[in-house]
Amino acid sequence: MDLQDLRLLAPEIVFILFALILLLLDLMVKRKEVIALTGLVGVGISAYINYRLVKMGWLGGVLQDVFLFDGYSNFFKLIFYINLVLTILISLRYMKIEQTSYGEYYCLLFFATSGMMIMASAGDLIVLYLGLELMALSTYVLAGIIRRQRRSAEAAMKYFFLGAFSSAFLLYGIAIVYGLTGTTHLKGIASGLHELGLLNNPITLLGLVFFIIAFGFKIALVPFHMWAPDVYEGAPTSVTAFMSVGPKAAGFAVIGRVFFDAFAELDIQWSAILVPLAILTMATGSILALSQRNIKRMLAYSSIAHAGYAILGIITGTAEGLVSTMNYLMIYTFMNIGAFSVVILLRREDLLGEDLEDYAGLSKEHPVAAALMLIFMFSLTGIPPTAGFIAKFYVFMEAIYSGYVPLVIVAVLFSVVSAFFYLRVVMYMYMKEPGERVELSMSGGMGIALTITTIMVILLGIYPSLLLEFVRASVLG
Amino acid sequence: MVPLSWYILLSTVVFGIGVIGFIIRRNLIMIFLSIELMLNSVNISLAAFSHYLQSMTGQILVFFVITVAAAEAAIGLAIIIALYRHKPSITAEEVNLLKG
Repeated sequence: MDLQDLRLLAPEIVFILFALILLLLDLMVKRKEVIALTGLVGVGISAYINYRLVKMGWLGGVLQDVFLFDGYSNFFKLIFYINLVLTILISLRYMKIEQTSYGEYYCLLFFATSGMMIMASAGDLIVLYLGLELMALSTYVLAGIIRRQRRSAEAAMKYFFLGAFSSAFLLYGIAIVYGLTGTTHLKGIASGLHELGLLNNPITLLGLVFFIIAFGFKIALVPFHMWAPDVYEGAPTSVTAFMSVGPKAAGFAVIGRVFFDAFAELDIQWSAILVPLAILTMATGSILALSQRNIKRMLAYSSIAHAGYAILGIITGTAEGLVSTMNYLMIYTFMNIGAFSVVILLRREDLLGEDLEDYAGLSKEHPVAAALMLIFMFSLTGIPPTAGFIAKFYVFMEAIYSGYVPLVIVAVLFSVVSAFFYLRVVMYMYMKEPGERVELSMSGGMGIALTITTIMVILLGIYPSLLLEFVRASVLG
Repeated sequence: MVPLSWYILLSTVVFGIGVIGFIIRRNLIMIFLSIELMLNSVNISLAAFSHYLQSMTGQILVFFVITVAAAEAAIGLAIIIALYRHKPSITAEEVNLLKG
């Protein structure tokens, strides 16, 4: 092994180092703002190192390619950095309101994010499994961090049991594939399956199904979604924002990696399995969201539906399709965290601010907050000129190019259904008479986060090539 | 010598018992133990494959699985205790605040 290769691990090493620093800092400083600020500095340093490594063209694998530092993983790492920065910015005031201002919170966010980064870079199933567990174990605790709330503890428990259940399936899938090919290396699996003539073996297919079950749990594909609404509702809103984006994007990252690298020659089989799952996911997400009165629960079903749209790019099985999915995930990051930020804005000491009624007449008292929510809701629906339209447009276009026309028609129909519950929020804000007076819990960090998300949602809607060219460059080189 | 297929059969049966236990058991601790059963069934098959293929990778993964399972146990039991403080019961039916 070459020690020089280890420099490609620098972003992850710095990240874990900062997670430990935050843990120690919590013992010494009382003010949580200091911890959050140090965290932001840590993300900045790590992202800068990552940027410098890419600029110097040091791409490649570490330790016999078990850890890959390539354009694909770096794009996902960018999503994770953005996700973490925005989450830290929106949590500061919110965690105080929830009286849960612990330093461990930031430390766990860092560990979860480093797990995601390891997942995105994994070139070997063992590394993939360890990254996934690092992410999952940290997010279980994050979901239950408001100890004095019963619903938070319940969310943590449901997330933990179903998450552990799914990782057992992942392990069994790994064991099957290892038994067949004798390796856990993704490239080795691909060549092993080809050379040993295992492509039409039913056991290979069983392994593939186990992988789809395990990853399906992480990205909340129906029928493996049952944890998502409960967990998203019970967890602290900032954590919900974090885990509706991070673990989902990480799940997509490993799906792209495992299916496109290891099972590339089985693309007909996994597309055939994913098509019905995608339809079910879009249907369940869109239809069940219609009856929700709690906005966090509604956004949970919406994020299930979005996973259904994003998977269309994977189903195509082409590199261009993968590009459209990654494009979707980046845009989804901004619009989803933006929407959750507005939900947090309404949270006060004496008001939960999660019921649809709390949004009644918001435009009269707080026109700016209502306008921002309007933009995010339009974007989540997919109405131009917001970024959400571009995201859906490219995914649908790639699916049509690959011949999945009926699937796209179904997707568009459910997209229309989803307009109903997104625009209902807008209707409440603009057309209902305000109830009791609502004070917003505004803060500096929140202002920055809302500005970033709004600008990106509009900018990427008007200049889609900005992001799309970047994704193309990172995947296709 | 015991043939490989026996180990695989054992591992499959134990994994199946774990899955069934996870679905039909109502006691949180028993659900948790079912997950442990599933993880350990994977360990059996990994160790068997590793011996059969004369490759170390499987045994290395077994050690990782054992370590992660220990971490998982610590976090899982902590979460069950956190829940128990709100409602002194460990049956799954009592965990019913969030639904709809």
